[in-house]
This record gives sequence, C-alpha cells and structure tokens, in this order.
Amino acid sequence: MATTSNKPAAAKTPSQGFVYLPLIAGWLIPGAGHFLLGKWIRGTLIAVSIIAMFAIGLAMQGKLYTSTQDILDILCVAGDLGNGILYFLGRAAGWGGVPVQTTVADYGSKFIVVAGLLNVIAAVDAHNLRTGRKS
Amino acid sequence: MLHPSHFTAVLLFALCASTVFGITMRDTPKRMFRYGAYCFALFVGSVIVFSWVMFLIAR
Repeated sequence: MATTSNKPAAAKTPSQGFVYLPLIAGWLIPGAGHFLLGKWIRGTLIAVSIIAMFAIGLAMQGKLYTSTQDILDILCVAGDLGNGILYFLGRAAGWGGVPVQTTVADYGSKFIVVAGLLNVIAAVDAHNLRTGRKS
Repeated sequence: MLHPSHFTAVLLFALCASTVFGITMRDTPKRMFRYGAYCFALFVGSVIVFSWVMFLIAR
C-alpha cells in the first residue's frame, strides 16, 4: 500500500543536477535548454525561429546596440543581450555595426531585440520544464 | 542585404514570434499549434486593421 502511493510522488521528483543549467544553456544557445531536457522538436523549432530572426535582422542591416547613454538604448542592449552567444559573436565579428539609415534597417534592429526577448522566454520555459512547473 | 516589403517583414516577424509563443505558452503539441496559429492570425490581422485605420486617417 505504502509503496504504491509513493510511486507517483517519486515519478514527479525532478532529476538531480544543477537546476539552472537549462536556463543558462537556453540563454547562451537558443534551444539548448530544451535539448538538454530531451525536447528535441521544441528545441529545434525555438532554435530555428530565434536564429532566423537574428539572422534576418542582421541581413536587413539592423544594428547590435552597444551604447548605454540613452535609456531606450539601454533597453535595446538588454534585449540584444537575450540572444546570448549570438550577441557576443556578433559584437566580436563586428556584425550590425553600421548606423541605421533606412526604415528596413530599423526593422532589422527590432528583429534582433525581439529575438533576444523571445530567447529569454524560451530559456525560462526550459527552466520551468526542468523544475516540473510545466510538462 | 535583405530588403523585404513591410508586409513581408510582418509575416516573418509573426511567424518566428508565434512559433516561440506557441511552444512556451502551452503544454501539449495540439494546443501549442493552435495557440501559435492564433498568435500569428492576431499579429497579421491587427497589422492589416491598423494599416487601414492609418490609411483612412491620412486621407
């Protein structure tokens, strides 16, 4: 009797390990948090969506925000930082360094910011999956 | 360099954002797909509606 009632509780117990690993991995590499949890299809769709959005933003000559002098620029830097390793790679390679001169380039900058914000949402989702808050 | 039209940019944006919204906001694959499609329709639909509103205001 006692063993049968303990089984569901044992099944719900999260596996051992660093609980924030999917969150950090998901932030650094889009979709990696879901990959770590064995959610291959979800991870692939997230990775494709976010990397495509980042790449489209760069292809539209959007810029990677670096300035922290204006409050709006600070918010955009925070959004860009959500891209994790893509942002640092872009900064190191000098991508998106040109000042925005066209409407399409401004859209591109927003694509990059939103890709970062979506990546943060995806990383938090991976954390929720890891803690058992979401199935 | 990519020069999409404004509407193409909206479609690309809506597709990527809806995919992530669907996956992260719902639990089962069927509900994810339905919520993603719902978000996509809202993104594109609201753009079309507001475009017409701005067109009528500007006349």
